[in-house]
Amino acid sequence: MNPSNHSGPIIRGSHSLGMNCSLPLSRREALRLGLFSTAGLIFGAQSAECGVRNGVVMAPVGAGTATGGAALPKAKAKSVIQIFLWGGMSHIDTWDPKPDAGNEYMGELKKAIPTNVDGIQVGELFPSLAKQADKYSLIRSMTHRNNGHETAAYFMQTGHTPGERLAYPSIGAVFALSKSPEYKGLIPPYVVLTQPQGRFSEEGFLGPLYKPFATGGDPNAAKFEVEGVVGRGITYDRQKARSVLRDNLNTMGEVMAGSPQLEASVEARKQAYELILGQARGVFDLAQEKTELRDRYGRHTFGQGCLAARRMVEAGVPYIVINYPGGWDTHSNHFATMRRQCPQLDQGLATLLQDLHDHGLLDSTLVWCCGEFGRTPKIDWQPPWNGGRNHYGNVFSVLVAGGGFKGGHVVGASDAKAEEVKDRPVYPVDLLGSIYTLSGIDATAKLAHPMGAEAHVLPGVSEGVKSGGLLKEIM
Amino acid sequence: MGTNVFESPIAPLPKSRLDKLVFARLAQLNLQPVLCSDAVFVRRAYLDVLGTLPTAKEAREFIQDPDTENKRRLLIDSLLEREEFADYWAMKWGDILRIKAEFPVNLWPNAAQAYHRWVRASIIENKPYDKFARELLTASGSNFRVGPVNFYRAIQNRTPEGITRTVALTFMGSRAESWPTNRLAGMTAFFSQIGYKPTGEWKEEHVFWDPLASGNAPGNSAAGRAAIAAIVDPSNSVAQVSLAACTNTAPVEATFPDGKRVKLSPDRDPREVFADWLITPKNPWFTRSIVNRVWAWLLGRGIIHEPDDIRDDNPPCNPALLAYLEKEMVAGHFDLKSLCRLILNSQTYQLSSIPRFKTPEAEANFAGYPLRRLDAEVLIDAINKVSGSSDLYTSPIPEPFTYIPKGMPAVAIADGSISSPFLALFGRSARATGMENERNNKSTPAQWLYLLNSTEIQRKLEQGPNLQTIFNSGRKPAEMAEVLYLTILSRFPTADEVKAIEGYSGASAAKAAQAVKAAATNSAATNVVSAKRDGQSPKSTVRSPQSLVASSNTVAGKSNPVVRPGPLGSLGPRSKLSDKPVIVKRRDDWMDIAWSLINSEEFLYRH
Repeated sequence: MNPSNHSGPIIRGSHSLGMNCSLPLSRREALRLGLFSTAGLIFGAQSAECGVRNGVVMAPVGAGTATGGAALPKAKAKSVIQIFLWGGMSHIDTWDPKPDAGNEYMGELKKAIPTNVDGIQVGELFPSLAKQADKYSLIRSMTHRNNGHETAAYFMQTGHTPGERLAYPSIGAVFALSKSPEYKGLIPPYVVLTQPQGRFSEEGFLGPLYKPFATGGDPNAAKFEVEGVVGRGITYDRQKARSVLRDNLNTMGEVMAGSPQLEASVEARKQAYELILGQARGVFDLAQEKTELRDRYGRHTFGQGCLAARRMVEAGVPYIVINYPGGWDTHSNHFATMRRQCPQLDQGLATLLQDLHDHGLLDSTLVWCCGEFGRTPKIDWQPPWNGGRNHYGNVFSVLVAGGGFKGGHVVGASDAKAEEVKDRPVYPVDLLGSIYTLSGIDATAKLAHPMGAEAHVLPGVSEGVKSGGLLKEIM
Repeated sequence: MGTNVFESPIAPLPKSRLDKLVFARLAQLNLQPVLCSDAVFVRRAYLDVLGTLPTAKEAREFIQDPDTENKRRLLIDSLLEREEFADYWAMKWGDILRIKAEFPVNLWPNAAQAYHRWVRASIIENKPYDKFARELLTASGSNFRVGPVNFYRAIQNRTPEGITRTVALTFMGSRAESWPTNRLAGMTAFFSQIGYKPTGEWKEEHVFWDPLASGNAPGNSAAGRAAIAAIVDPSNSVAQVSLAACTNTAPVEATFPDGKRVKLSPDRDPREVFADWLITPKNPWFTRSIVNRVWAWLLGRGIIHEPDDIRDDNPPCNPALLAYLEKEMVAGHFDLKSLCRLILNSQTYQLSSIPRFKTPEAEANFAGYPLRRLDAEVLIDAINKVSGSSDLYTSPIPEPFTYIPKGMPAVAIADGSISSPFLALFGRSARATGMENERNNKSTPAQWLYLLNSTEIQRKLEQGPNLQTIFNSGRKPAEMAEVLYLTILSRFPTADEVKAIEGYSGASAAKAAQAVKAAATNSAATNVVSAKRDGQSPKSTVRSPQSLVASSNTVAGKSNPVVRPGPLGSLGPRSKLSDKPVIVKRRDDWMDIAWSLINSEEFLYRH
């Protein structure tokens, strides 16, 4: 990328630094300017260290752990955007259409449309993604045969079989841990737009420091109020006034000066203020983007969330989850929900891929998009479903793009009615293992468990987990 | 250092045996401790005994009570009899006993409730601790009906070795990782005959003595619904495995952790054999572990530190003190409330938290009360109590989702799976292992983001009915300040603080000067807001930098009531509006003041 053409987010004005300039928030430049120096310790390295300071090894530190792995190839993906279609998006209506399967299967969405890659078709509700098929690949043989929301979500985000005695961390928490030595940004390393999905504890046994930072707010609102960072109705000036008043009333803080506990608190507060009053909050100011681009993403929560995600990628955030607002658990009212939500998904996701590409970020940003499972291909016409689809983990589809994944391919296939895997099963460990590999994280590394249990990022073959192998064909 | 609002002018005088043991050690180290003030004490005692703040009324009455000789003792006695004591201490035990419905211990909701109910009832009746431990170790029956059987279910690794590790951690305060392997192996035998079997009821499970290992017979025992579904026949009864299939593979000999061997009789549950050995007064771990744990709960740190890491190479900092507490515990027949009373009444517990000794020895020998951030549950309860608001606690798994009644304090939540983002953010225990340090009270930047600038905190300030009542009370600023301080910090404000509050306003200098004048004349007539000004008042949010300078001047020049204009000589845009006397502050100013107090370490920490 040519630095002079840098079109990243522009952070205007800096009260805290007394500057009134505009500067592009490139991580490299920001580091050069020393903007992230102290605060870089906030959510990253310090977290890993504190596990030790408290006497529990809650997090591996340094080499030989999730960050180790000398033999790993250089990471292609610097950031990951996971679009989680919780509830479970139907695969047959979307990315694995079977126009010949008949009305019992296809219902009212009978059409498949061609894409810009010969031989690949997608469902009729995805005209924009159809123009971008060279940028992504579709896995049509994802399988884990689990039909419970929480267990399937756990499976898809940890790679471990649900029901084991250990509660493993989600992939985002593993990223937060693994990237903590190198990530120095002000924004936490594992961010969720906008609400945590909450079906299981994403941090697992790694502990609360590895929980995702949920932004809250609505990126499509006039002002994207990020919880704790951009407060509702609290202006910059009032925030400053409050902090001065707070210092004036800090009677105990004065007599306690020198207490190590107090100093730790003061330091943590200082770092929080750097995020509240400093520059990083500008990342969430979507008004800095051109109106035309915002319109292209779509003026809805999902579309603007995708735009916010791209801005966080530019700020270097390692792992960003967009939990699809609304959900895809379409037991009933299925086709109407698909007609309402698919166009937004199509618009936001297609624009995200194009925009990442335009910014030269697609090669270093891995995007993956799927639910915890698919939905029954055979339509349930009985009341109360009246043409609904139910949970289906036997086979479903995943979209992957960027970060070292090739575009324009289809991995595996389902059978004629999208009911079972026909070719090349892809299991959760295969998908997650590929994402870890492209991101330079050793999936065989040990994770420190507070009770000393043997735990690894992903389960090994010896643990009896099914695997079809990494997605080498598209890596 | 002279006396201040946090310290008592009375020099500590060690009278009790406990204090003599501590102060002797401090004298050796050449440390002269200082007692805390009544205001600090009332807040500390409420937080440590009940996990809640005193109300403004409770704080005021205690501080103003002239019976300085007895009032601390009487307060301790009354607090120990309150219902919140059971809620709060059941929460502490919930961490140790791992009361959680879902991942990773998977007690399931009904069982978590039954387990918690039993713990809480035991605290209310002040069940002797030896009895409490024995019941946990020997109970049999349904997880839904017999609360204490869940002790053996709330273990991630339900093998005899996993159970042994948990028993050692819970009742011996000792981590089996640090043991010689033969000690672990010898003790494992006591827990090798525990059976678990499902019933026809979803997620019900019986824990029982199973010397024939019938639970190991195929199809006879399994946890969870799928397994039950697989063995329930069409007549809806569980298939019975013939006893002939079971063999007695149980070990016949076991070794206590102290090295004494015992032959296990075929007609006695070995858990009982172990429990009887454990709870004898002479047991080197049992009494030591509980007195050290309770001490650590009240004083922030064990005499052996960490409190669940008792081993030969981790000696107590004050062996005589520990031995004394053990002796008292045995003599008092394991009465936990008496132990609390003994510690709470000590001068040692009532020392000031202001750091004056920098050495690690001072901390390890209790030269002062240590500063600790409030537990997640205690903190959100404190914020809600102050503001009059409430939080929503839910468990997203399993469906149907669990909700608990609005207004129930977080401290009283039975089940670790029922939570909120706040509780997770502020380091509530994951209740996965039963280790003390699973609870994380460390201050993090993400927590400060929430406290300083979240919508939730702002909403509580704007809408919490308690604060609204105070904001709208029409009191004079000094009185308002007093009520806010008593409500939030459980003490009276100092003269300097009142001055700083009076001086805080967007209208800056002129306004502050008038406030001083008004305070001097103490006139009710000044207690007026110009309607015109109010109407013109901008929504709240603009502060001129000058007003900040003015208010800091007010504090900096403590004895100087003259408020100068800011360095730019201008009073800022707002001052033009203040052409009439304005003493009643705008609501937003009071909100900012309440915000400042809530965002102080004095509020967020035990001190």
